[in-house]
Amino acid sequence: MSLHATVALGAVADAGLQMSDVDGVLCAYSFTEPHIMLASVFCEYMGIHPNVATAIQAGGATACVMLMQAAALVESGVCKHVLCVTGDNRLTGMSRDRAVAAIADVGHPQFERPYGFSIPGAYALVAQRYMHEYGATLDQLGEIAVTARRHAALHPHAQMRQPMTLDDVRASKVIASPLRMLDCCLISDGAAAIVVSAATTASALRTPGIVVRGTGQGHTHEHIFAAPSLTSFGCAQSSATAFARAGMTPRDIAVAQIYDSFTITLLVELESIGFFGKGEAGPAIAEGAIGLGGALPCNTHGGLLSYGHSGAAGGMFHIVEAVQQLRGTAGARQVPDAATAFVHGDGGVLSCHCSIVLGRD
Amino acid sequence: MSEEKQSSKKDVSASERPVPVPNADSRPYWDAANHKSLAYQRCDACGQVQFPPRGHCVHCHRGPLRWETSAGRGEIHAFTVIHRAPTPAFRAAVPYAMALVDFSEGFRLLLNVQGVALADLRIGLPVQVTFEELSNGQWLPQAGPVS
Repeated sequence: MSLHATVALGAVADAGLQMSDVDGVLCAYSFTEPHIMLASVFCEYMGIHPNVATAIQAGGATACVMLMQAAALVESGVCKHVLCVTGDNRLTGMSRDRAVAAIADVGHPQFERPYGFSIPGAYALVAQRYMHEYGATLDQLGEIAVTARRHAALHPHAQMRQPMTLDDVRASKVIASPLRMLDCCLISDGAAAIVVSAATTASALRTPGIVVRGTGQGHTHEHIFAAPSLTSFGCAQSSATAFARAGMTPRDIAVAQIYDSFTITLLVELESIGFFGKGEAGPAIAEGAIGLGGALPCNTHGGLLSYGHSGAAGGMFHIVEAVQQLRGTAGARQVPDAATAFVHGDGGVLSCHCSIVLGRD
Repeated sequence: MSEEKQSSKKDVSASERPVPVPNADSRPYWDAANHKSLAYQRCDACGQVQFPPRGHCVHCHRGPLRWETSAGRGEIHAFTVIHRAPTPAFRAAVPYAMALVDFSEGFRLLLNVQGVALADLRIGLPVQVTFEELSNGQWLPQAGPVS
């Protein structure tokens, strides 16, 4: 909870508000502090009594889902200022084995877990099928990891910053074929929070304001064995809805922060969302398309692969990085003049998807 | 203190391979497996097949549903070889194959592939259902080479 409190106080201060201005709280789940009512636990810890308090549990999509929910709450007038808070100390609060076992629990208890289901294994199934159908290569996946590391080296708070080459990825231990250790996200301690405010209150807040222009979700399944497809996922629908609401297309986006639980996750989502055609993201990535200076800089903080992954907070780091880019405060990672950002989160095994289009006032 | 208790509880259960616990929807499936038979549901109203089992048809939401017996023939849609076990219970089995298998009647299962050399695994490989006995006597559908 102290991690939660630190970032909550930080976000509220960053917004130029007092904690007493917050009338809505959305709180994500935590593996190290599991509780069915974590929002209430958090409010008790903080000593606050908001009008609205809800726990949101959507795996890796949680942060984006919270942002979408918060935007709806303030747009409808139910709340003026909604605090969305995430945090988990998965690195020091539990052993690596327990963290791995905890996410394997996401597997279906009857039809997946008895078979030694693991999350990397489930994503490996997707990788295998995707490579088979669209020709993506392991080295293209490796380039995703290398690019993330290069970006993380530019972020003072990133967990993994030492240089990494494609050879390092090739040499890393196979976890579930074809995915290697360096194709997989980190396990980290971390927390992050944002405050979402009604447009009517904007004059009282810091400028430039960062605006939610469009939101959307897509849901096709929970368990990978029940997924209708291993190559088409809910991100297509979630992003289409978000872009439609924003009146924009993928081409309008200056910088993207897209869920990268594994290298394959990013590749599949880039194509499903329409940033690249099917089979085209891999070669483009190998040419530097998603690096700073490329056509679509992605995960400029290093993503889950190199910046850090602390459960729901992992997805929130993506949102925070998008905001930094739009504010022009991303330092060495800054995409020049970034005025539009796209953020995407997905939970489960590419199960629950939420897309957000952000702009600047 | 509670963290310690949680940890030891998890370690004990994590070292035992999880066995499926049937519920009202799935009991006929697991009973059939105990008779070395692979069962799946078909809707009487719309004729479509579904898996996993539910109390209603996911396609037309009408039903009723009836259970049928699969010929047990399928092919690999995707596979992976797992080198890092998710829990201690599976450490001894590493490396093991996990695959999505499409059965000819039109449903898909997640299974281990047993009795096939890991190097011979490929998308499209024909397989047939086999059954593995678990510690509690429940038989578990698996995939093996076509005989």
